[in-house]
Amino acid sequence: MADTKMVSLTIEGRTVSVPDGTTILEAAKTAGILIPHYCYHPGLPVAGVCRMCLVEVEKAPKLAPSCATTVAEGQVVHVHSDKSLDARKGVLEMLLINHPLDCPICDQSGECELQDYTYQEGREDSRYREPKRFNPAEDFGGDVIYVPNRCILCTRCVRFMDDVAHDPVLNVSERGDRALIGKFEGKDLTHPWASNVVDLCPVGALLSKDFLNKARAWELDRTASICPNCTQGCNVTMETRENQLVRMRPRPNEHVNAFFMCDWGRLNYRWMNEKNRVEQPMVGRARALAPTSWEIAITAAARALNGKKVFVAASPMLSNEALFLLTQIMQGGVGAFRVTEGEEAPLAGVKDLALRRERAANVYGAQALGFNKTTDLLAGLKQGDVLVVAGEDLAGIEAAAIARASEVIVISSILPEVASNASVVLPIANFSEEEGTVTNLRGRVQRFTQARQAPGDTRPSWLVLGDLLGAMGKQSNFFLPSEVFASLAASNKTFAGLSYDSIGFKGLPLANAPSTGPNAPIAVGAA
Amino acid sequence: MTPDLVGGLESPDYASHDRAAHEPYAPVFVGDVKRELDELLTRYPTRMAVLLPALWIVQRERGWVSEEGMVEVADLLELTPAYVKGVVTFYTMYHQHPVGKYFIQVCTTSPCGICGAEDVVKAFLRHTNAGELGLTSPDGRFTVIEVECLGACGFATPVMVNEEFIESVTPEKVPDLLARLA
Amino acid sequence: MGYPNQPHQRETPVLSRYFGDTEARSLAGWKKRGGYKALDKALGMAPADIVNVVKESGLRGRGGAGFPTGMKWSFMKPGDGKPHYLCCNADESEPGTFKDRELMRWTPHALVEGCAIGAYAIGAETAYVYIRGEFTEPLYWMEQAVKEAYGAGILGKNAMGTGKRIDVHVHKGAGAYICGEETALMESLEGRRGNPRIKPPFPAVSGVFGMPTTINNVETLIAAAPILMNGADWYKKMSLSNPKSTGTKLFSVCGNVQRPGTYEVVMGFPFKEFLYDLCGGPPHGRKFKAVIPGGASVPIQTVEEAEATLMDYEGFVAQGSMLGSGGVIVIDDGQSMVSVIARIARFFAHESCAQCTQCREGTAWTTKIMERIRDGQGTIEDLDTLLDIAEQMTGKTICVLSDSCAVPVVSGIKKFRGEFEALIQGRRFHPVIAAVA
Repeated sequence: MADTKMVSLTIEGRTVSVPDGTTILEAAKTAGILIPHYCYHPGLPVAGVCRMCLVEVEKAPKLAPSCATTVAEGQVVHVHSDKSLDARKGVLEMLLINHPLDCPICDQSGECELQDYTYQEGREDSRYREPKRFNPAEDFGGDVIYVPNRCILCTRCVRFMDDVAHDPVLNVSERGDRALIGKFEGKDLTHPWASNVVDLCPVGALLSKDFLNKARAWELDRTASICPNCTQGCNVTMETRENQLVRMRPRPNEHVNAFFMCDWGRLNYRWMNEKNRVEQPMVGRARALAPTSWEIAITAAARALNGKKVFVAASPMLSNEALFLLTQIMQGGVGAFRVTEGEEAPLAGVKDLALRRERAANVYGAQALGFNKTTDLLAGLKQGDVLVVAGEDLAGIEAAAIARASEVIVISSILPEVASNASVVLPIANFSEEEGTVTNLRGRVQRFTQARQAPGDTRPSWLVLGDLLGAMGKQSNFFLPSEVFASLAASNKTFAGLSYDSIGFKGLPLANAPSTGPNAPIAVGAA
Repeated sequence: MTPDLVGGLESPDYASHDRAAHEPYAPVFVGDVKRELDELLTRYPTRMAVLLPALWIVQRERGWVSEEGMVEVADLLELTPAYVKGVVTFYTMYHQHPVGKYFIQVCTTSPCGICGAEDVVKAFLRHTNAGELGLTSPDGRFTVIEVECLGACGFATPVMVNEEFIESVTPEKVPDLLARLA
Repeated sequence: MGYPNQPHQRETPVLSRYFGDTEARSLAGWKKRGGYKALDKALGMAPADIVNVVKESGLRGRGGAGFPTGMKWSFMKPGDGKPHYLCCNADESEPGTFKDRELMRWTPHALVEGCAIGAYAIGAETAYVYIRGEFTEPLYWMEQAVKEAYGAGILGKNAMGTGKRIDVHVHKGAGAYICGEETALMESLEGRRGNPRIKPPFPAVSGVFGMPTTINNVETLIAAAPILMNGADWYKKMSLSNPKSTGTKLFSVCGNVQRPGTYEVVMGFPFKEFLYDLCGGPPHGRKFKAVIPGGASVPIQTVEEAEATLMDYEGFVAQGSMLGSGGVIVIDDGQSMVSVIARIARFFAHESCAQCTQCREGTAWTTKIMERIRDGQGTIEDLDTLLDIAEQMTGKTICVLSDSCAVPVVSGIKKFRGEFEALIQGRRFHPVIAAVA
């Protein structure tokens, strides 16, 4: 890196200095100037076909495609000059001549780059008076529908399948104005990462069946989070409408997931909307659980735990903060977790990016904090121990195994059937309802934030466990999850030196994490 | 002569061809034809480069390039069928549907157009009973299409019948020409 | 001009000398006519010396752009450790152009020889001759010639017994005008859709199969042999007007003219005499109205402009057009310019590769408007729209197909606006009635 030559140029009157070989489009971003574009995407090879990003370079005979033109020393670039603006107006008009202008019924409306740029700098009217081209919508298989009439042939989807997924199932078919995105009969978009083409599509031509007609873009609340569905820890935006999670989409992070996320992770969000929740704290009275106040429940739990041998069956979906606090209430006891497994599905074109075998967000955090990974969850539960069920659904666990416990305390979003004889139930928020951090398989600690309101009297896990710790008479004074994390960082040298501020929204590796991590394939930068 | 503009500039209607009617697919690249392909592979540094020649062989052997043919070529050249189809649809000379025994292409681009090519097209349509451009005559013998510049503009109007190139065709010559094909 | 007619006495048949001479097609016949002597000579020279002779001769690309051939060859750096390739562009698809077809069908060995010389000069062991799929007859003769040349040891791993490897392969296109664009040709040769590539990188740096490549037109390569045999000075002296345009040039003539065909004249020949004396002028009773002198993608000339032209690269530019591919389309007063231009636009719309927005949409839109005007449904505003679309289609795309579609529209509206307006105002186009001959 040290010997990278830097090149200085002027873009819209601002001087920028970028490494040699940078494109004008990327250089402009560093000056805070977004050059309108469609076919360019930093995660894909350059195509240079939409001709939207044409800019005026002084002394050059023609307008230059800024996505495909590298910077040169002393260049003077005009993005908003009459000439380049006129060219973009021209492209926009051409892109719209065959477009159905069906924004009112299009899912992309509100987050459509064709719409945005047309409003920003397009013509007010069209001079097109001829019949429009029509092609029927097509089911591309997987979660994807193709609406050719809206397609602008930017070929991002084709390039993603060819060069990133390494599974060329899409093509450009025909030519001239008859051209459209095609696939082969019987060969569907079933690649485990195929749905990225929906995100990549700058217009409403590739749609998600799952999201179809579910919400308008402007009704959505968007929250920066982490996909909880495997140990990769893809950065995501959780999108909610009326407190329901309706879509998860990747958030770029060159260290983890580049610009992408897998279909399994993407579509596996409904569990976070689950309705069968425990909404109030409960204590066991006369062989049945009865709702009560948080104070009574916490006190009951503290009484049950104090001085006892504790066994914690934790979920690897819990945050570092919750798991850390659980280790505090264990009082030297044992913690274990199990994790659902599935087949690993790598994204071939991006180094070290895959849907991982282990399907939970914080397997590595749990291990770093001393929890034992096991397949036989309650193997470590000794006769007479107090069993703390933390986020675990106890699926497949026999009542007989639980019977070894002297008492059962459930700290979960859902009350497992088999634990209905618990003495205390403390309802906690699920992954989408609270803030915290998780540690991915490469030891990267990443923050997630609250996307939804938790139901009823449910509280965040770190708050419940902090209160419980206090009630047990231990040092506990947490008003924010960042304070829990600060305490973790102070007491555990694996987490030493990290804080919410330093982690930010791109994460930071643990002190002992491997030095190299996943890398973006082609270029890196904000999309 | 102008095809309907809706649906893009030119989308010939091949609906009349019964696509299911063709026989079960037997591989093209066996025996001598496979050896021909192997020889072609020695001419280029990549397998993909043999795609156009391989598709020509399929068309030569079968009269058209079916989807099964595309799959066979894709497998041989380590490509995907979608990729092959993208290429096939780019080039106009690969038939994606069965065509008549005699595939008649009449050049109507400007230089021939100003020398009366449209009348030649009309004459072919009338005398072959093909009815419309792109359709096959009821007896299965003739398919007539307009083609863009055949590169023999000085010999207006050039016509290609299958692989045969016929120069200076006039409407008057059409009946004799068709009779010769019989 | 040879087949089917005798050469005109004012022609200078160098490349077209054996048109119509069926014996020249065979190896024996070609050798009898002095064939492969130039290759023999070339293989005894240092490649750099061949490049210098060609540079000195002033030979410029005959495909359309007119880039100096020797300079193009000199871009191929010897000893870079990479395989070099020569591609011969025989995808002659520019409407109005059919000179390469004649060259290949009558003198296929001349092209084999030209390819071998060119390949040796640029340090390539392999030359691909990309011939458009419609050229069944030239394809046949070229394949025969290549086979004969291999059989006689002219090509192969010990070409002409020199121990040097020269392979020439014929590659058949499959129906795509754009594959005549050099980067699209390379894409097509690699087994892809014929989509032009963004330059840079230029072919001499990264061409076909990612390797240094030179792409030359058929006529250009064939011209190399007589240049080597007769010397650069001999070639350079064949220039009647501008010293930057040297040698002979094949012009294929078509449209409304008495004697269409392929003519070979010295650069700078007066176009007026060419049209009236060599080509015999307009059909009986008609007058020339317009000429498209370099294939469908160059600006249309009025008859006055054409008659004032000296036929070389600079001469056509001076009279509002371009030499282009040398495909002369002559239009008489019986034709509607609107129809002619509409049909050209349709051609480009059909051939657009669909990559760039302005081309994919603009060529089709232009066609729709042009055909509407032709059919009497146009408005005066359509003319402004057409010019504006043409402006958007010019200089903004990866290749020049889009520009090529805009060119006849712009020059047509500029030079024949009256015909457009007449159709728009509801006056049907009435061709001038030809006098009975």
